[in-house]
Amino acid sequence: MSEKKRLEKILQGNEACVEGAILAGVRFFAGYPITPASEIAEGMAQRLPALGGVFMQMEDEIASMAATIGASLAGAKAMTASSGPGICLKQENIGFAAICEVPCVIVNSQRGGPSTGLPTKPAQADVMQARWGTHGDHPMIVLSPSDVTEVLNITIKAINFSEKYRTPVMLMLDEVISHMREKVIIPPKEEIEIIDRKKPTVVKEDFLPYKADDDLVPPMANFGSGYRYHVTGLVHNEKGYPTSNNKEIDYLIRRLTNKVELNKKDIILEEKYLLDDARVAIVAYGSVARAAERTVKLAREKGIKVGLLKLITLWPFSDDTISQLASQVDLIVVPEMNLGQMVREVQRAAEGKCRVISYSRVDGELINPLEILAKIEEEGK
Amino acid sequence: MRKEICLSGSGGQGLILAGIILAEAAGIHDGFEVVQTQSYGPEARGGASRSEVVISDEKIDYPKIIKSDILLALTQKACYKYIENLKEDGILLVDSTDVTKIPPFKGRVYQHPITEDAIKVLGNQLVANIISLGILVQISEIVSKEALKQALQTRIPERIRDLNKKALEYGFQIGENLINIT
Amino acid sequence: MNNEIVQYLRKEMFPNIWCPGCGIGIVLGAMLRAIHSIGWEKDEIVMVSGIGCSSRITGYVDFNTMNTTHGRALPYATGIKMANPSLKVITVMGDGDCAAIGGNHFIHAARRNIDITAIIINNMIYGMTGGQYSPLTPTGKIGTTAPYGNIDQCFDLTSLAVSAGASYVARSSVFDVIQATRFIKKAFLKKGFSVVEIISDCPISFGRINRMRTPAEMLEWIKSITVPKNKWEKLTPEEKEGKLPTGEFLDINIPEYSKNYQEVCIRAQQGGKDK
Repeated sequence: MSEKKRLEKILQGNEACVEGAILAGVRFFAGYPITPASEIAEGMAQRLPALGGVFMQMEDEIASMAATIGASLAGAKAMTASSGPGICLKQENIGFAAICEVPCVIVNSQRGGPSTGLPTKPAQADVMQARWGTHGDHPMIVLSPSDVTEVLNITIKAINFSEKYRTPVMLMLDEVISHMREKVIIPPKEEIEIIDRKKPTVVKEDFLPYKADDDLVPPMANFGSGYRYHVTGLVHNEKGYPTSNNKEIDYLIRRLTNKVELNKKDIILEEKYLLDDARVAIVAYGSVARAAERTVKLAREKGIKVGLLKLITLWPFSDDTISQLASQVDLIVVPEMNLGQMVREVQRAAEGKCRVISYSRVDGELINPLEILAKIEEEGK
Repeated sequence: MRKEICLSGSGGQGLILAGIILAEAAGIHDGFEVVQTQSYGPEARGGASRSEVVISDEKIDYPKIIKSDILLALTQKACYKYIENLKEDGILLVDSTDVTKIPPFKGRVYQHPITEDAIKVLGNQLVANIISLGILVQISEIVSKEALKQALQTRIPERIRDLNKKALEYGFQIGENLINIT
Repeated sequence: MNNEIVQYLRKEMFPNIWCPGCGIGIVLGAMLRAIHSIGWEKDEIVMVSGIGCSSRITGYVDFNTMNTTHGRALPYATGIKMANPSLKVITVMGDGDCAAIGGNHFIHAARRNIDITAIIINNMIYGMTGGQYSPLTPTGKIGTTAPYGNIDQCFDLTSLAVSAGASYVARSSVFDVIQATRFIKKAFLKKGFSVVEIISDCPISFGRINRMRTPAEMLEWIKSITVPKNKWEKLTPEEKEGKLPTGEFLDINIPEYSKNYQEVCIRAQQGGKDK
């Protein structure tokens, strides 16, 4: 195997996530055991010490999130991983990372919920929580890969986005993707784009920790680098100090969201499959997108012109693409392993230009291609 | 070509490892596209366990089984449950140690007391999964025997590798016998 | 104000938000004097706080500072220390912050014996939110959420820290600032998890509701309830009622977490999977 130039491995989704994170430069991971995400922590515990990185099993999910953010402020590319119940506990500190603009990646290997729910079975019911789980207006970048190779590549993207835009990024897996094994080609280091946070270029005396550049992202100084500053979860001004000045408050809250909105073109990742002549479009993400791809093939064998829009970036949402698609097709079907979450966004972006329907499955099994096909045929009658 | 293999039984019988070895043989050593998935309950031992392997010569879209080409059933319960989703012209391999009643089925059926042999012939119940793989590959030629041997080499820890190699060879031999009987 | 500590303050942040007579400023002064006498550089110090009046300290000092979420100062500090063990990491917490919402983190930071100092400013009340009782409010005292008297048992944070695995544990009060400064300095220098609980006064949210209307009355009360450890040991259980021992309860040298972690790295590197 080692003679080959490109290293091929059979990897589990969670293992590919570890591989991608390490390639992207993650050198700090804090976690807490939870199904179906534990293999990520186990992989990190195995790999990071040899690289001089830090793995910590914390006392709880809250502490895992806090330690991840602390490590990032001290200069490490940092990540944590969990599943629904743990993600709930992390929300408080995810908000802190958002307002303090601390790069970090949170992996959510989704399982059925609410509460303990279905620990060993997949779901996609946390996609709204991923966007709005912590309180207050805040930015969030949420990515959702659908195969193991994509897990590796999108994990790298997630780390890069968090560093580039100084914001928490959530990587949505699910029990199927996390535990699925596929052949993965490990890309050689020189082919991987790595993005590091912008460092301040001004002299220490002139440093304003929250003064943004034109891309609305402020350069970031690591603790101990000589740029001393204050990081607070209170609304703060450019100096980083708490403020009650209306203008300063308004500026920060808008800038946080706008920095993601402004850079949407860079952040939104999507794939189109046989959409050019389609009369019906399936909009899907994660493991369900793979069922949908098969549905497209089966439908076309029957002479039904179906295409697929696969969303890799869930948030910010693909408004423009959906709007265009709605002008072209008669029907959009959104299959999800939830009772219809992203379908609401599709309906909103379609602006009534075509019919948008949901196909839900919430019994802990991955949606299969024949079900989606049946739904399309039923709607076409 | 898309082939779907379902390895079923109960937790602790090593079916997920068997699936991984089969996937590694197909994907790394025989150069196919492959996906291995599993379904399991919260219990580490006992309970229903299913490992699925999809092998194809092109990129695999849907990663799970739609309708199995091959079903391995190590328990009676699994046999009843998964035979419904086995193709009519598929292959059924059962461990007759536990599976005593074969539901009506038109395809090829192979029966052998796999677990019993694992204990009596190889002295370790835990290699029933590897014997099964040997039989399964011998009767179906779903991957090459050479690929399976190489996958076993990388996926089984050294201290128990010899035992597992023996189990695999024994499985090939049983498979050969089963073909000759049929 | 003493010049030697003014250099550590962010003067543009003043005036501070604390009430007249509050003990937090006394603890801040003690911490800065300890830092000055050790001679640490501002750049190498990270001070992390949670939420509450005491947690506002981090806004006023010219170090790498962080005002985090309620109760979470220690896990944030743990991440910082592990990502860069050369930093001097100090946490400042209040009693509610440390002992209630952050109680679990406190136990586990002590269990790991990670090289972080925890300064707990114990004014026995949730001051910022207006005087609700905390796990360190003495039984029988009044809080806005204990209008008929607090029936909860009071936590002994120092005993907790000792049994959880810390290296250095001491208690002092704002009444004895010389002693407090001495303990804080020892805690800062200790390689391991060090804890200094400082009994402080909150004349507005604790004092007024408990018939101690002035800061001076509160300090008199603190003086009356704090007993040096050696005297405390000779008291009968009845005499101990409502009183707190002060002094050093633990001062040992045991393996420290970030050092131990280096050993893990070496073991992993000798295993040689990722070079």
